[in-house]
Amino acid sequence: MNYIIKIHFVILLSRQGKVRLTKWYSPYSQKERTKVIRELSGLILTRGPKLCNFVEWKGYKVVYRRYASLYFCMCIDADDNELEILEIIHHFVEILDRYFGSVCELDLIFNFHKAYYILDEILIAGEFQEPSKKTVARLIAAQDSLVETAQEQASSISNMIGQATK
Amino acid sequence: MGSQGGWGQSKEFLDLVKSIGEARSKAEEDRIILREIDTLKRRIAEPDVPRRKMKEYLIRLVYVEMLGHDASFGYIHAVKMTHDDSLLLKRTGYLAVTLFLNEDHDLIILIVNTIQKDLRSDNYLIVCAALTAVCKLINEETIPAVLPQVVELLGHSKEAVRKKAVLALHRFYQRAPNSVSHLISNFRKRLCDNDPGVMGATLCPLFDLIKEDINSYKDLVVSFVSILKQVAERRLPKTYDYHQMPAPFIQIKLLKILALLGSGDKQASGHMYTILGDIFRKSEPSSNIGNAVLYECICCVSSIFPNPKLLEAAVEATSRFLKSDSHNLKYMGIDALGRLIKINPDIAEEHQLAVIDCLEDPDDTLKRKTFELLYKMTKSSNVEVIVDRMIDYMRSINDNHYKTEIASRCVELAEQFAPSNQWFIQTMNKVFEHAGDLVNVRVAHNLMRLIAEGFGEDDEGADSQLRSSAVDSYLCILGEPKLPSVFLQVICWVLGEYGTTDGKYSASYIIGKLCDVAEAHSTDDTVKAYTISAIMKICAFEIAVGRKVELLPECQSLIDELSASHSTDLQQRAYELQALLGLDSQAVESVMPSDASCEDIEIDKNLSFLDSFVNQSMEKGARPYIPENERSGMFNIGNFRSQYQHEASSHSLRFEAYELPKPSPPPTIPQVVLPLPTTDLVPVPEQTYPRETHHAPNLPSATDASSVDFGVKLRLEGVQRKWGRPTYSSPSASSSSSTQKTANGATHLDGRTVSSQTRDNFYDSRKQQAEVSAEKQKLAASLFGASTAKSEKRQLPTHKTPKGVPTTAEKPAVKGAISSSEPPKEKTVPSSPPPDLLDLGEPTPASTPSIDPFKQLEGLLGPTSAPSAIDHSSAAGPKTPDLMALYTDTPPAAVSSGSLNPELADIYTVNKNSHGTTNVAAMNKGQNRQDSLQKDATARQVGVTPTENNPSLFRDLLG
Repeated sequence: MNYIIKIHFVILLSRQGKVRLTKWYSPYSQKERTKVIRELSGLILTRGPKLCNFVEWKGYKVVYRRYASLYFCMCIDADDNELEILEIIHHFVEILDRYFGSVCELDLIFNFHKAYYILDEILIAGEFQEPSKKTVARLIAAQDSLVETAQEQASSISNMIGQATK
Repeated sequence: MGSQGGWGQSKEFLDLVKSIGEARSKAEEDRIILREIDTLKRRIAEPDVPRRKMKEYLIRLVYVEMLGHDASFGYIHAVKMTHDDSLLLKRTGYLAVTLFLNEDHDLIILIVNTIQKDLRSDNYLIVCAALTAVCKLINEETIPAVLPQVVELLGHSKEAVRKKAVLALHRFYQRAPNSVSHLISNFRKRLCDNDPGVMGATLCPLFDLIKEDINSYKDLVVSFVSILKQVAERRLPKTYDYHQMPAPFIQIKLLKILALLGSGDKQASGHMYTILGDIFRKSEPSSNIGNAVLYECICCVSSIFPNPKLLEAAVEATSRFLKSDSHNLKYMGIDALGRLIKINPDIAEEHQLAVIDCLEDPDDTLKRKTFELLYKMTKSSNVEVIVDRMIDYMRSINDNHYKTEIASRCVELAEQFAPSNQWFIQTMNKVFEHAGDLVNVRVAHNLMRLIAEGFGEDDEGADSQLRSSAVDSYLCILGEPKLPSVFLQVICWVLGEYGTTDGKYSASYIIGKLCDVAEAHSTDDTVKAYTISAIMKICAFEIAVGRKVELLPECQSLIDELSASHSTDLQQRAYELQALLGLDSQAVESVMPSDASCEDIEIDKNLSFLDSFVNQSMEKGARPYIPENERSGMFNIGNFRSQYQHEASSHSLRFEAYELPKPSPPPTIPQVVLPLPTTDLVPVPEQTYPRETHHAPNLPSATDASSVDFGVKLRLEGVQRKWGRPTYSSPSASSSSSTQKTANGATHLDGRTVSSQTRDNFYDSRKQQAEVSAEKQKLAASLFGASTAKSEKRQLPTHKTPKGVPTTAEKPAVKGAISSSEPPKEKTVPSSPPPDLLDLGEPTPASTPSIDPFKQLEGLLGPTSAPSAIDHSSAAGPKTPDLMALYTDTPPAAVSSGSLNPELADIYTVNKNSHGTTNVAAMNKGQNRQDSLQKDATARQVGVTPTENNPSLFRDLLG
């Protein structure tokens, strides 16, 4: 164990193996990334529901947790506390849920950049940064409100629909 | 609604995401993305792209890259966007560069200036964004450019900034420890930060620092313990609670640090006992996070100086994990058990059935973890069962990474604990057969050595039995398709040496088999070299005992084929074989003595036995030998070679034709019985062989080297030869003449002379029965047997020796283990109800001494720990955090009640104005139906309908 926690990457996969979000904290080339994702979807998506939420993979461990049709996966060193990582994932999902209001996969598909901002408040350089949900929510809200005042164009639902049906 | 429910992107982008969502194949997805890349390239290059448009392009680039395509053409635009004044755009720019660029990317130099400026910004959000980028992008070279500002930010008024500054500094430390070595004291200072988030972040760098240099941080033990105590006592603000646990993530970090600090330090560990006991007592085994803390506590207890009470509590928690239905907990239980048995191996015994359940679980992850545990608890009494299991598992998997690992573990265990050489060989055979290409070639050499050297005792009978059984098994295995190359080499070598030794198989049968091998592996030169050498040995042995060797047609054609091979090595071996076939039995026996692979090859480096020959030649007018390094290139090589053919050839190719052999002195039996290497590249007439004898001394260097390499006397012939060392003679050298018998007591296996055949039968029968669930108990007995045997008192008086287990006198250890631990049923029903281990304060009558050490400890530490922290902070300044004082100033309402801080509640209502209520419950699920409906409506407008590809796209993730 070199670091207190070292998360090498975070990947969100749909049940069909589609990538919904990736964040790499250790250096991987684009080619390696594709390979990692392919291998992991083969490994994780095929697992039954009652099995461990961990898989050993090339000397690392991948902790995953399924929410509806979405798999949240985090890769850690082999001797880390897997249960803790499971809860970090859950912590992330709870914050997403608060932010989006009953978050669903579609929210993440269309708002992946927002999910990135949230993730950046929870993990930094692969380490767990903020254990307080409220602190994260407050920071993100502050950023958003600042953004929104600068943004005269309101992205309200009606506006959106208008745009989409143009 | 703000940014939440709506997706504020353009129709174009929504369409892209939608079409990706509907793509039926990866190829289709790739086509769509490639089209998108084209579009983006064009758009981005247009003059005067509005900034808001550019922001969207960047997000689209991120999307493209996320799906595995190269978006490097747009990186520079991401860099430009970080320069923007608007936070909105700057944030997008920073997000994009942190996702795009690695720390060594050339473009980073263009961002450093911006980062410097942003770190000085009045707006703490901009500072935060810049710090996030710093953590990802700043490399060793650029650290000095931002370091002063980051250090300054450690004292920023906003806790979010301080926290990120701590983590940035930590990042610098990881990248280039020297760059921040003078700043390390800052971490200690920040440990006393009055924001728990900052304090928690400080634990990350401190962990690293403590790992590097434990002794410099021993003074912090009391502080860490005091912090942990306060956390566990819920002195932190309620916002740090997670599923009713007080700041579990901070607890876990602290436990990891304490585990480091207490390792092997009785005094430091003493400070921790009370709080660890408290945590065990307060644990919440019903929640996952509670178990995470519990697990970390077990790790800590098993790492620090052992305390019996705490160990009991840890064992209790572990057994709860193991008994749980959840695979995750079982997994953690197995891991915890692996840690605890390091302290006391007997702990495993109580959980043997649970362990075996995990071993037989269909879940691969659990299985592998259990193998790891078994690996840790292997000893000579259970090695056979464990390695058998491992090999069975190894066969069933395709994952090469893990296969390599488990194969090397099998080898390691077998080498360390093998009960008999026979078993060792059989085990190695299996490992080779199933993972041959993945194991180290050294393992093959060890195996050959073992077969050649035998038991290391003067029991020739057992040795030959071992060899003939090896031959039997190899002939059997040869029938199987696709054997790994390394294994084939071993097989060929053994068949060559011992194939015909016991007379069970005829020479032509073995040769036929070897020819088949060569034919089946026509592309593998090494295997072919091994086969031809093996054939040569068998022929030699036949000739030596006076039998006529009739070459099979396929053997002849093999020789013909190899004589014309592109590989000079193979050619040479083929010619050697042909040469050997023409020799008489006496000569052959000298060249290829039977079963001599272990013999020492005595080397006379001074070549004294040649003296008479040299003198004779000199008298006849020969020129004296000139060492090679004194020879000039212009030397008349041709002339020289006539005397010193092989010396001359040692480092250069000869281009002239060979001379005809000179009429030589009448054949004499060599003075010294020396190996007669058939080093000639061409078949030589028989009468020249005495001269060859004189060249034999060319061998020493290579022979020396190789015997040194392997540390034994066994010569491993057929090591692939390339151009480099012509002095290295043919494989025949390995089975050389008789000198002295190797004193081969060096074999590192503890070779008990056991009737291995019966052993085999026993284990074969075992394997077949393994499926029967009743056999689990037997398995348990054989796995855990030895340790059970120690605690005789636990046994029931009635032993039942399991049926089908042959009771042979030769295996007392196994038998003893089985009978002594036979009634495992008794294990599941402990004789006395388990004491309430978690209640450390209450001594259980049976097992605890009358004075509770914990009470004593509490008496010693309890009252002093908190006050001492205060004392320190007043006396020693910031070194010791006074957290109790720090956290108590948070409003009592926030600590004690569930209601939100009013200010925060406001923020939330702004965010969630769609359900205008300030009730805390509004944060919870179920109140957001309106949101969901709106999302649904939006999605339908965009054209994504849930019935399409993935009906659960709309399902609440937490629902």
